[in-house]
Amino acid sequence: MDFSRQKRMLQYFWIDKIGNVLFRLSWHLVHAIIYFCYFMMAMVHGLESHLISRGLLRKYKYLHISKINYLAIVIESEEACRTSNVIQLLQWVAALGINHICLYDNEGLLKKSKDVILDKFDGAILFQDTHENNMLLDQPCMTLEFVSFSDGKEAVARAANVLLMKYIKSGAAASNLGEQIFSESEMSEALKTVGSGGPEPDLLLIYGPARCHLGFPAWRIRYTEIQHMGPLKSMKYGSLIKALYRYTTVRQNYGK
Amino acid sequence: MLLNEDVLGHLFTGWTSMLRKCAFRVLRVGPIPRHIAIIMDGNRRYAKRKRLHEGTGHDAGAMALLYLLVYCYELGIKYVTVYAFSIDNFKRNPEEVQKIMDLMMESVFLLSRLSKIYLLRVHFAGNLQLLSADLRKAAKKLMENTARNSNLVLTICVSYTCSDEILHAVEESCKEKTEIAGRDDDGQGTHRVIKLVDIEKHMYMAIAPDPDIIIRTGGEWRLSNFLLWQSCCCHLSSIFTVWPEFGVLHLVWVVLDFQHKYTYFARKKNAIVDLGNG
Repeated sequence: MDFSRQKRMLQYFWIDKIGNVLFRLSWHLVHAIIYFCYFMMAMVHGLESHLISRGLLRKYKYLHISKINYLAIVIESEEACRTSNVIQLLQWVAALGINHICLYDNEGLLKKSKDVILDKFDGAILFQDTHENNMLLDQPCMTLEFVSFSDGKEAVARAANVLLMKYIKSGAAASNLGEQIFSESEMSEALKTVGSGGPEPDLLLIYGPARCHLGFPAWRIRYTEIQHMGPLKSMKYGSLIKALYRYTTVRQNYGK
Repeated sequence: MLLNEDVLGHLFTGWTSMLRKCAFRVLRVGPIPRHIAIIMDGNRRYAKRKRLHEGTGHDAGAMALLYLLVYCYELGIKYVTVYAFSIDNFKRNPEEVQKIMDLMMESVFLLSRLSKIYLLRVHFAGNLQLLSADLRKAAKKLMENTARNSNLVLTICVSYTCSDEILHAVEESCKEKTEIAGRDDDGQGTHRVIKLVDIEKHMYMAIAPDPDIIIRTGGEWRLSNFLLWQSCCCHLSSIFTVWPEFGVLHLVWVVLDFQHKYTYFARKKNAIVDLGNG
């Protein structure tokens, strides 16, 4: 009896082993199919971008660019050093009539290249040099804002200290349970005070391998449309047009 | 609609259950996300398309959530966060708001029964002061009763926006620092500096790690003030299907997509941790 029990256990062991091998093979097969699907999708998108660039797809010919007041572009840091690609992208965007742009990469490499980038655009000024955010839209020239990871969570921590000073000066008791002490507009003001108070972009384009905002300041993307554009090195003008067109057709309820 | 755990019975029998378990076994060869978050968008569009009353769309959405919990439990996902009701949703017509609140109350009772079977922990994230006293009390009781469970942590974001979460965390940090400064008499204000770690511990979502995937159904490509703080290294997945029609195949696709990009996200998480540490 002991022998038949051992034999059964050995059989289960081998069934389990074979089962694991079959599951692994299935997993690799499924992922091979996914790679193939992504490859085919990239081909189709490439063809579509080409047709859009040539003006052969009618619906993309007329863009209501006025709907986009502020555009943000997130660039994966591994590609942010491709300054020529960044400049080309900005030239495309400017040619389409969008003049107020925020550039973000989480390591701040674009901040280091800002002088090189600004030199390529006549009359372009840094967002930080415009005195009032409210006047931003009235600026006839191009404004560029360079943002990095330190303008996100860390800026909120700095702004919190500004609010803490305000809280202490007001003499408020620490035990105001359930009462709201600050409003969202006070938080926005505090963020401006610490130099991280840019406007909320209407559209955020992500150039990178995956759809992820990589730490773009959270306070500024509450209702921002987020579109993934693929890697910067394979950016296409037609894809940009398609993304802008898609934004202009979106209708937001803002919770209603 | 009376939600009932008996409707889940058919999920565990039949050939579809076996196929699902097989598919999940294949998926588990690769990395499984620890935390998924969902913006459950499209309930009203679903009801409109099926020519049903608007409230029926929300009922169907609640059922879809129940099924998702079962799938996540079987797949081994530890944290599930759902965007049930935003602070902005209070602007909707009062009838719809009341319907959603009633549905939430039913869900609380159902989840308290399910949590005993599946050892589910339920947490409500948001400004609960904006809810009715009954719902708030029921939610707090459910949180207390399930605090020790750990098989799966379900966080329901109700009366929530990320900007309110950040503001709340900053307020709590200010109160804490003022209290500490009041107790310590060194006069130098050494404890009066708020650091990032102080804000993060007061977030409503401090109970769970940052999500690996945020899924938005309904085909929209924005976060609508949901987990903006926590989604630095998070795969944002937009599914065209409306929420009541979200099923196991959509979940399988989302997880496969996550696995496809896993190496990149793992690298990014390490890079962002290094950036945070200075």
